[in-house]
Amino acid sequence: MNLTLKIWRQKNANDKGKMVDYQISDVSPDMSFLEMLDVLNEQLINKGDDPVAFDHDCREGICGMCSLYINGEAHGPDRGVTTCQLHMRMFNDGDTIYIEPFRASAFPVVKDLIVDRSAFDRIQHAGGFISVNTSGNTIDANAIPVEKHNADKAFEAATCIGCGACVATCKNSSAMLFVGAKVSQFALLPQGQVEATDRVLNMVKQMDEEGFGNCTNTGACEVECPKGISLENIARMNQEYLKASLKG
Amino acid sequence: MSGILNSSIGRKFAMALSAFFLMFFLLQHFVINLLSVISPETFNEVSYFMGNNPFVQFLLQPVLLIGVLFHFIMGFVLEIKNRKARQISYAKNNGGANSSWMSRNMIWSGGAILLFMIFHFNDFWVPEIVEKYVEGKSQLGKDFHHHVVEMFLDPLRVGVYVLAFVFLALHLLHGFDSAFQSVGANNKYTKGLKTFGKLYAILVPLGFVFIALYHHFFHIH
Ligand code: SF4
Ligand code: FES
Repeated sequence: MNLTLKIWRQKNANDKGKMVDYQISDVSPDMSFLEMLDVLNEQLINKGDDPVAFDHDCREGICGMCSLYINGEAHGPDRGVTTCQLHMRMFNDGDTIYIEPFRASAFPVVKDLIVDRSAFDRIQHAGGFISVNTSGNTIDANAIPVEKHNADKAFEAATCIGCGACVATCKNSSAMLFVGAKVSQFALLPQGQVEATDRVLNMVKQMDEEGFGNCTNTGACEVECPKGISLENIARMNQEYLKASLKG
Repeated sequence: MSGILNSSIGRKFAMALSAFFLMFFLLQHFVINLLSVISPETFNEVSYFMGNNPFVQFLLQPVLLIGVLFHFIMGFVLEIKNRKARQISYAKNNGGANSSWMSRNMIWSGGAILLFMIFHFNDFWVPEIVEKYVEGKSQLGKDFHHHVVEMFLDPLRVGVYVLAFVFLALHLLHGFDSAFQSVGANNKYTKGLKTFGKLYAILVPLGFVFIALYHHFFHIH
């Protein structure tokens, strides 16, 4: 396949940045999107140009590092996949493909297509954990009964890989799907109850401080999330938040 | 509970609560309007009651006005905040791939409804308030029905009303379920609720359109 790529190039956080056109030929439909970018980068390096910087790590859909807004959608046109699992067979010969970084004021561009998603880490630090007493008399988690339905829901919420596609795709740059998943995974388990009030209040406070927008329930996040995290998690977080506000 | 309006979720709740209130009011308004088609006498009686009962006038009416103003102001505040949350927009954005047009354009449908409300208040509410509280005229025995029929003789006005109800339907098609999701309702009942929401969003505005057209074409005194 021969393709025209329109890629966002930005030298550093302070540079203004712009879209730059590249031509690439002989792309195999079996390549992953990132492999296609690898090929482009090889060509650029051979010509003595600066390669396009993009995030990636596992390349098997589990780490959440790869990002990219491809042809107007987070992680491209395929559903339930990250960019590393997106294949070139989703495109046609002669296509023009727009490749942009995830856009949100809370995710500033570091270079080219790499954005700083540490806002998510700070939200996690604010409450996305349970404190476990390690003094030697810790109860084995398997010994605590959990209703199957809740266990399944908690597990589903826990599959969030923190990629940020939900924020990138949301017209409001809201992080509610991510935070909803992180709050839900504990809210549904007995171990999460002890710190439930502080957890949701602190995580939501941090989310707001990071400058994410306000959710208007468009549901775009749920569609674009590579892990199929459901809007139900946002509704649960809203409930948890109301309960916690009335208590605290 | 302190500062709940300072948090994103608190604002979302407040938006949803004011929406519930407005949707309930809308239904009530619709039922009364429908009387103007079914029975002009009953319509006149109910209109007199709504306009002169102290509980309605001095408690419900101010609450409604506050609800309306709050919903509009908060809607605009959220829009500004959300725009700030993404300062550089995408060169290519395919919003249609993952969300409905209605959900992405609440600010425009809402803005259109605001313009309509100004027009509508000027048609009915302002003259009535002036009549009652400025001129101090009694409304006893007033033919409200006649006033409605007269207003809808003007085809331009009917056009504006019909258009406004199209925007209202678009706003409600997203707003109804959205309000429930905001207060944390997403469970086994949600599917039924969504269907009900779609029916509400289409039938209520359609009903208002029917009433306006009825008076325009049949202007029965
Ligand atoms: S909720 Fe989905 S889209 Fe958002 S960070 Fe988690 S995995 Fe990514
Ligand atoms: S590189 Fe790990 S999810 Fe794509």
